[in-house]
Amino acid sequence: MVRYHLYKTDVEDLVVGAAVLGTGGGGDPYIGKLMVIQELERGRRIEIVSIDEVDGDAFIVPVAAMGTPVVLMEKIPSGKEALYSLRLLEGYFNRRVDFISPIEAGGVNSTIPLVVGAERGLPVIDADGMGRAFPELQMVTFHIHGIKATPMAISDERGNAAILDTMDNYWAERIARAITVKYGGSAWIAIYPTFGKLYRDAAIKGSISLAIEVGKALREAKLAGRNPVDALLDVTHGFELFKGKIIDVQRFNIGGFARGEAVIEGLDEYKGSRLMIRFQNENLVAIKDNEVVASVPDLITVLDSESGKPITTERLRYGLRVLVISMPCNEKWRTSKGLETVGPRYFGYDIDYVPIEVRVKRVVKP
Amino acid sequence: MTKYKVGIDVGSTHTDAVILDEGNNLIHAEKTMTTPDVTSGIINALRLVLEGSGVSRDDIAAVMFGTTHIINAIVQRRNLGKVGVVRIGLPATEAIEPMLDWPIDLRDSVNAGITMIRGGHDYTGEPITQFDEDSLRKALEAFRNRGVDAVAVTSVWSVVNPEHEVKVRELASELLPGVPIVLSHEISSIGLLERENATILNAASIKVMVNAINALREALRDMGLEHAKMFFAQNDGTTASADYIVRFPIFTVIAPISNSIRGAYVLTKIPNAIVADTGGATTNIGALISGYPREALEVEIGGVRTNIRAPDVIAIGLAGGSIVKVKDGDVKVGPVSVGYRLIYEGISWGGGTVTATDIALAKGIMSIDDPMCNPELARSKIPSWLVERAYAKMIEILEDSIDRIKLKPEPETVILVGGGSAMWPKTLRGAREVIRPEHAQYANAIGAATALVGAVVEKAYSYEQITRERAIQDASEEAKKRAVEAGADPSTVEVAEVEEIAMPYLPGNAVKVRVKAVGKLKL
Repeated sequence: MVRYHLYKTDVEDLVVGAAVLGTGGGGDPYIGKLMVIQELERGRRIEIVSIDEVDGDAFIVPVAAMGTPVVLMEKIPSGKEALYSLRLLEGYFNRRVDFISPIEAGGVNSTIPLVVGAERGLPVIDADGMGRAFPELQMVTFHIHGIKATPMAISDERGNAAILDTMDNYWAERIARAITVKYGGSAWIAIYPTFGKLYRDAAIKGSISLAIEVGKALREAKLAGRNPVDALLDVTHGFELFKGKIIDVQRFNIGGFARGEAVIEGLDEYKGSRLMIRFQNENLVAIKDNEVVASVPDLITVLDSESGKPITTERLRYGLRVLVISMPCNEKWRTSKGLETVGPRYFGYDIDYVPIEVRVKRVVKP
Repeated sequence: MTKYKVGIDVGSTHTDAVILDEGNNLIHAEKTMTTPDVTSGIINALRLVLEGSGVSRDDIAAVMFGTTHIINAIVQRRNLGKVGVVRIGLPATEAIEPMLDWPIDLRDSVNAGITMIRGGHDYTGEPITQFDEDSLRKALEAFRNRGVDAVAVTSVWSVVNPEHEVKVRELASELLPGVPIVLSHEISSIGLLERENATILNAASIKVMVNAINALREALRDMGLEHAKMFFAQNDGTTASADYIVRFPIFTVIAPISNSIRGAYVLTKIPNAIVADTGGATTNIGALISGYPREALEVEIGGVRTNIRAPDVIAIGLAGGSIVKVKDGDVKVGPVSVGYRLIYEGISWGGGTVTATDIALAKGIMSIDDPMCNPELARSKIPSWLVERAYAKMIEILEDSIDRIKLKPEPETVILVGGGSAMWPKTLRGAREVIRPEHAQYANAIGAATALVGAVVEKAYSYEQITRERAIQDASEEAKKRAVEAGADPSTVEVAEVEEIAMPYLPGNAVKVRVKAVGKLKL
């Protein structure tokens, strides 16, 4: 399907899928889901287009929210914030935007572009810049493909808006973060403006459909009484890493990030083993009995073993029965530039990245 | 002269009543059936316990209710008040309108008009924009013309700065005299939609509470108890006067669950433990921390997401009346229950249904003081392999749930309470000790009767703008003031708990401070 509209069930599936792809972070998509449902209730339509529909000279602008999850929960958006950013950028380029794009496939930012698309009547491209969730603005495939984050626009609900032109994408992250604080802890950005020709190479294809498919697989498996996790692994080409009970969760607040680790004691065929997950907003590394079994940029997601529902890192706690899965990341992250940007060493783990499908053959199932 | 207190707890099948003396010694207890209207069941229990105890009515100083009036009204969408909803926060918050994801039938029975106006604050306490008093005035006039029963007001970051919510109350006292105005910062904490939902549900429940209190007050008068003060159990294990609870009925919505947990503490004096309350159809497993129920982050009420303070419990469909079945060689216990029909349908009562109670009777774990109950029937009619397997299954489910409610792996004390709690063994996996205190079957009503008056205040501060000591002092004073409003004797009010929760990623050292103040009943 090259062009289609989203309905309420799709949105509900999408947020579940986005939580799976969010690898424990990316913010609770609850608010994002309600924003999209509100748009549909107001009679607006959300059109998704395949990346193949995008002309080489089409003007594409990814949009996203940034800031603190707790602020998003309290100061609910107006829904117009990102429109101010778009409008400002359109003025700067003196050109109308043709397509909206997500930058992130996981968490709350999977839904924000849909709201903007609905409000502006613009199609949203079925692609993104992460294929999962990451915490910083330069952690996108657009960045590793040489697209500049700026000129970018950053707005709040009052209509305050700023254009940034920075020397590199890391500075864009730093300055935008500072402005976000002034805005009251949340801000809405239009970033990595680009043209179809560049975008088609740089973006990760099919992320919106994938998130919907994941949510749908879980929902339908549950309805049919099948194992939801098997259905999930089929859709994502993922692997089961571990099954067990969380026996310890430790959290450290370092440098403003919610870092921590969770220890899971094996059940059933994993009895006698332990799996440790290290996280910083997202799950980053999984270590089974002192051996690394998965790491960023591959996706590591913790699911409730009964419902198959993904569990965010802030909700990990003693006693939960969980299933840990890992899914291969997009090939773009496996290049040297990709690993330099989001590999284990960028997050402070001195280990080599080995793709999950290789690791699984080596350690999980000998 | 000795002063006595009556405690009444409404459960799904039974309504229990106890009379305690000043030293909290149990004088008398009664169990009756819960009635669909709740009130008549309470009156039956009250009458029975008064008659059975022989205590003079003049000596009853207080009657303390743990009731299900509010949860029933919300779940059944019955007799709820029509609420005018005010949200202050524009231009923010417009992306999600109030009550968007409510069940439609509940929204329809509550909603009397929604208005969203400019105002509200940032987490720093600075206004988002100028407060729009003109629009507020128009909205309140419209509510007046429509004849709303109550108004629910929620402003962005009112837990940091309640200024705009307070303005609504001021203006409404002039435009809508006599109409209750519920302000969200007095109901719950951070999370606008969850707090707004709780505020609207509270506003809708006021009418229900007024009617319940009037009916109960009349019943007290009929029984010669017009001098007795009325208190209502709150969700957090404390209690509050009728005058206070009529403003905050949502604080009673799941109080009976807390009554049992609190009652377990009163009966054992063990402040930190796991509590399993086994009734006829369900077992609720919760945790005691410093003598109060541990609280959950969010609670769904009647299909609506809220963040009111409520006990963190796991409810399992395994209790005294749970039906035992064998299917494809697998033994299942619950979640279907015969409930109060146990005494007709249970094997041991000559009925044809194998229940969890019959299994425990056959196993010789418990005995029941009821001439109609004959454990021999269970022993002879249920095959012993089924007794063993069903009992093993029951223990497995309970042990598993106990483990799930724990926050750390170390074994803990487990306290068993409730009418069905005799069916459990003396040892459990994960338990350091298993205690089933005397009067365990009345823990809920005892919890209601012995509760202290309490109030909780949650506010957010930036420790860069105010020192930690000042912030805690500010929250503590407010909590104490509210405890007095709730009916506590001012000379006894003290701070029971102070909790500080850092808000990650927010600059300025933003911290949520939560203070619980408690005091003795003012009688």
